[in-house]
Amino acid sequence: MSTVPAADSQTNAGKALAGHDEHAHTSSFLKTYVFSLDHKIIGLQFLFSTLIWFLVGGMLALGIRWQLAYPWRPMPILGELVGAAEGGQIPPEVYTMLVTMHATVMIFFVIIPVLAGAFGNYLIPLMIGADDMAFPTLNMLSYWFMWPAFVAIGSSFFVDGGAAQGGWTNYAPLSIFAGQGQTLWLIGLTLVGISSMLGSVNYMTTIIQMRAPGMTMFRLPMTIWGMFVTAVLQAFALPVLTAAGFMALSDRLFGTGFFLAEGATANNAIAQAGGGQPLLWQHLFWFYSHPAVYIMILPAMGMVSDILSCFSRKPLFGYKPMVYSLAGIAGLGFIVWGHHMFVSGMNPALGMTFMVSTMMIALPSAIKTFNWLGTMWGGKLQFTTPMLFAISFVSMFIIGGLSGIFMAATPVDIVIHDTYFIVAHFHYVLFAGTAMAVMGAIYFWFPKMFGRTMNDSWGKVHFLLTFVLLNCVFYPMHILGMNDFPRRLADPYHYGTFRHLLPINQFMSWCAFILVSVQIIFVVNFIWSLFFGPRCGRNPWHANGLEWQAPSPPGHGNFDFQPMIYRGPYEYGSPEVEVDYYPQTQPPAASSPSGESNENPTKEA
Amino acid sequence: MSESQTNEQQRKWLPNFWSVLFLMVPIFGVATFALAPYLNDIAPAYFKRPVWFPKDVSEHGYVIDNLFMFILWLTGIVFVITEGLLFYFMWKYEANTNTKKVAYSHGSHSLEVVWTIIPAVTLLFIAIYQMDAWAAAKMRAPDIPPIVEVTGRQFNWDFRYPGPDNELYTSDDIVRTDGRLYLPVGEEVLLRITSADVLHSFFLPNLRLKQDVIPGMAQNMWFTATETGEYDIVCAELCGWGHYKMKARIHLVTRPQFEAQLEEFRKEKNTMRVADRPQD
Repeated sequence: MSTVPAADSQTNAGKALAGHDEHAHTSSFLKTYVFSLDHKIIGLQFLFSTLIWFLVGGMLALGIRWQLAYPWRPMPILGELVGAAEGGQIPPEVYTMLVTMHATVMIFFVIIPVLAGAFGNYLIPLMIGADDMAFPTLNMLSYWFMWPAFVAIGSSFFVDGGAAQGGWTNYAPLSIFAGQGQTLWLIGLTLVGISSMLGSVNYMTTIIQMRAPGMTMFRLPMTIWGMFVTAVLQAFALPVLTAAGFMALSDRLFGTGFFLAEGATANNAIAQAGGGQPLLWQHLFWFYSHPAVYIMILPAMGMVSDILSCFSRKPLFGYKPMVYSLAGIAGLGFIVWGHHMFVSGMNPALGMTFMVSTMMIALPSAIKTFNWLGTMWGGKLQFTTPMLFAISFVSMFIIGGLSGIFMAATPVDIVIHDTYFIVAHFHYVLFAGTAMAVMGAIYFWFPKMFGRTMNDSWGKVHFLLTFVLLNCVFYPMHILGMNDFPRRLADPYHYGTFRHLLPINQFMSWCAFILVSVQIIFVVNFIWSLFFGPRCGRNPWHANGLEWQAPSPPGHGNFDFQPMIYRGPYEYGSPEVEVDYYPQTQPPAASSPSGESNENPTKEA
Repeated sequence: MSESQTNEQQRKWLPNFWSVLFLMVPIFGVATFALAPYLNDIAPAYFKRPVWFPKDVSEHGYVIDNLFMFILWLTGIVFVITEGLLFYFMWKYEANTNTKKVAYSHGSHSLEVVWTIIPAVTLLFIAIYQMDAWAAAKMRAPDIPPIVEVTGRQFNWDFRYPGPDNELYTSDDIVRTDGRLYLPVGEEVLLRITSADVLHSFFLPNLRLKQDVIPGMAQNMWFTATETGEYDIVCAELCGWGHYKMKARIHLVTRPQFEAQLEEFRKEKNTMRVADRPQD
C-alpha cells in the first residue's frame, strides 16, 4: 500500500484519485486511524497528542507557580501529581525537575510538533493542491518516532532520581553528572529530532515537487512559506543537536569527556575522562536551539498572516517582503546563537559580533509586524474567534519582539541574563505568540478538519479570558526581571534582594491557576463541536486558500477535482469579482467587469 | 462568524469592545512600568522596598541602567505607536461600521523601504552605542593582581585571598568557605573566578555584574564599588538541587577595614587546628 500513493504523488498531484478511493475502502480501522499514511490523519494524530502534552506541560507550570507563590507550602490537589511526594510539598530537586520538564514538554512535545507535525502535515498538501505528502510512509514514521520519545520522557518521571533536572538546555557538566532521568531525556530528545528530520525532508520535497498546476512558489500562502523555511532550518540545524546529544550520551554512559574539563567532579562523582570543554555543549546546543526558536514561530507567523488577511477581507500587505523577511530570519537565525552565551565565558569579542547580528535579526520581525498592520489598514475586519487570536498574536509579538532588544544589548544582558526578563520575553513569544496563534489556527481550520464549526461565542469567551490572564501572568515578569529576579530558584526569597517581590509572584500565580482552568472552555468546546458542532460546507469563512475548495473534511486524496491555480491566496476584495473573495481555483472571468483584460493569468498577484 | 452577529445591540458594542480590549495593552503596559517604582509608596505593607532596579553601588552600573532606560523609552515609544495603530485600525475598519470599500492593496514599496530603513538605522545605532560599555565590562581588564579568587562549588562560594605576598596559590593564602566576601570600596578590584564542579554564575545584582564560572577555566571580573555595605551574591546558573541556596554575601568595606579583616582571618587560620574542624 505504501508505494502506490508515493508513486502516484510523484507523477502529479491528484491524478490517481480512483486508486486512493480503493484503498480507503479496503483499509481496516487500524490502518485508517492508527498506522495511517494519510497526511490528514497523521496531522490529527499530532494535534491530539500535542494537545494532551499541552495539558501536562500546563500542570508542570502550575507546580512552578505554586512554589514561587507559596514556597515550601504543600501544594493542594496537584502537588502529588506533579511529583511532590511529601504531602504535596515541592522539594528543591522536584522544583528543578519541574522547570526542566515544563520547558522540555512545551518545546519538544507541544510547540514544535503542533506547528510542523499537526498543521504542517494537515495543511501542506491541501494548500498546495497535492493528494498527499511526497513520502507517506516517512510521514507515518515521523509520527511514530514521537511515541518512543513520549515513553522515554514520560517514564523518566518514575526512574530513580526522577526526570531530568538539568534545565531544558541540559548544560554540561551538570547534565553529565545528573541521574538516570537525564539519559532518558537525551534519548527522548534524539527521537524527537529524528521525527522532525523525517518531517522536514518530507515537507521540503512536497512543497518543491508537488504543487498543483499554476501554484507557483509566489502563489503559496504564507503558512506554507513558514512551514517551508522551518523545514529548511530543521534540516540544517538538527544534525548538530543530534550529534551533540550522542556526545553527551557518550559522556554519560561510556566515560568520554567531550564536555568535561580535566578532573571534573560533581554530585559526589568523578568523571572518568576530561580534557573537554563545557562551553562546547552550549555552542552545539544553541546552534540548533536558536534556529529552533524560529522553528517555533515562523509557521505561526504564516498562519496568522492567512487568518488576518481572510478576516480583514483584504490582500496581505507586502506579500514578497513577508516572504523575504521569513528567509532573512532563517538566514540570520544561523548566526545569532551566541546571544544565549553573552555571560557564559565565551570570548567577549565574539559576543560583540553576535550582538550585532542579533540586533539585525529584529529587523525582519519588525517588517513583518508593519505588514500585518498594513493588512488590517483599510479592511473590513470581522472579529471572529480566529481573527481575535490572530490579532492578539500581533499585539503580543510586539511585546515579545521589543523585549528581545534589551537582551541583545550585551551590557544590559549582563544584568538581566537568567532573570525573569528572559522568562517574560520567551513566554510572550511562545505562549502569547505561538500558542495563541495555534489556538486561532485550531478555530480557523477546525471546520476543514472535522466538517463542523466550533462555537464562536464560547470561543470569544475563551479568547477574552486567556488574553487577559496571560498578560496578568507574563507582563509582571518584566518588572521582576528589572529587579534581577533569577530564574530556576526553588526559593528566591531566601535572598533579601528579592523578598519584596513575593506579592507580585502571588498575583501572577493566581492568574496562572485561573488561566489554566479556563482552558476547560476550550476543551469542552473542542470535544462538543467534534460531535455536535453545526455542519459546514467547504468554505465557511469565504476564504481564498486552496484548502477551502476541498470537501470538509477532505477525503482520501484530498480533492474531488484537479485543482488549477490562477492567482495568489490573498485576492480578497478584488474588483474583478462581485463577492469579496476570489478563490485560487476560480478561473478568471472571460471578460472582467472593469474592462481589464485577463490575458495574463499568471501575472503575480 | 460575522453573519451570526445580526443582533443590533451586539453590532453596536461588540466591535468597540474588542478594539478597546486591545487598547488596554499599551495602557496597562505603560502603566505597569510607570507604577512599579511607586508600589512601595502606594502599598508599603506589601512592597517593603521599591520595585525597581536593586540599589547600584558600582562605578559602572549607571551606564547599564541608563542603557536599559534608553531602550525602555525607545521600545516604549514603538510599543505605544504600533499598539495604538492596531487599536485604531480595529476601531475604524470593523466590518459593520466601515462602510467604505476595502482598500484593494497588495502593499507599498515606499512604505516597505521606510519601515526597513528606520528600524535598521535605529538598531544599528543601539548596537554601536553599547559597544563601549560592553568592552569596559568584559574586555578591558585592568593590569592589577587579583584581590581574591572566587570558586563556585555545589552549593557554596569559596573565597581565597592572597596572603601578605600578594600572590595567589602560595602557602600563605587565606581560604574562606563561610560565604562572606570582603572587598574594599573606592578602588578597582580584579577577581579571579572559576568553578570546582559544574557551571555556576557569579551574580552581584547591586554591582551590575554577572559571569558564569566554568570548571577548568579561570576568568577575570573587575569593578569599582562606590559605597560600603552588605549585599547578596546570587548563583544565577542552574547547578543542581541546591542551586537556590547557593547564596553568599559581599561585604564592601573601606581599605583599612579590609586590611583589618584579612589580618583577623590570618590569625584565625594560624590558630586553627585539625581538631577544630567540625566532626561529621
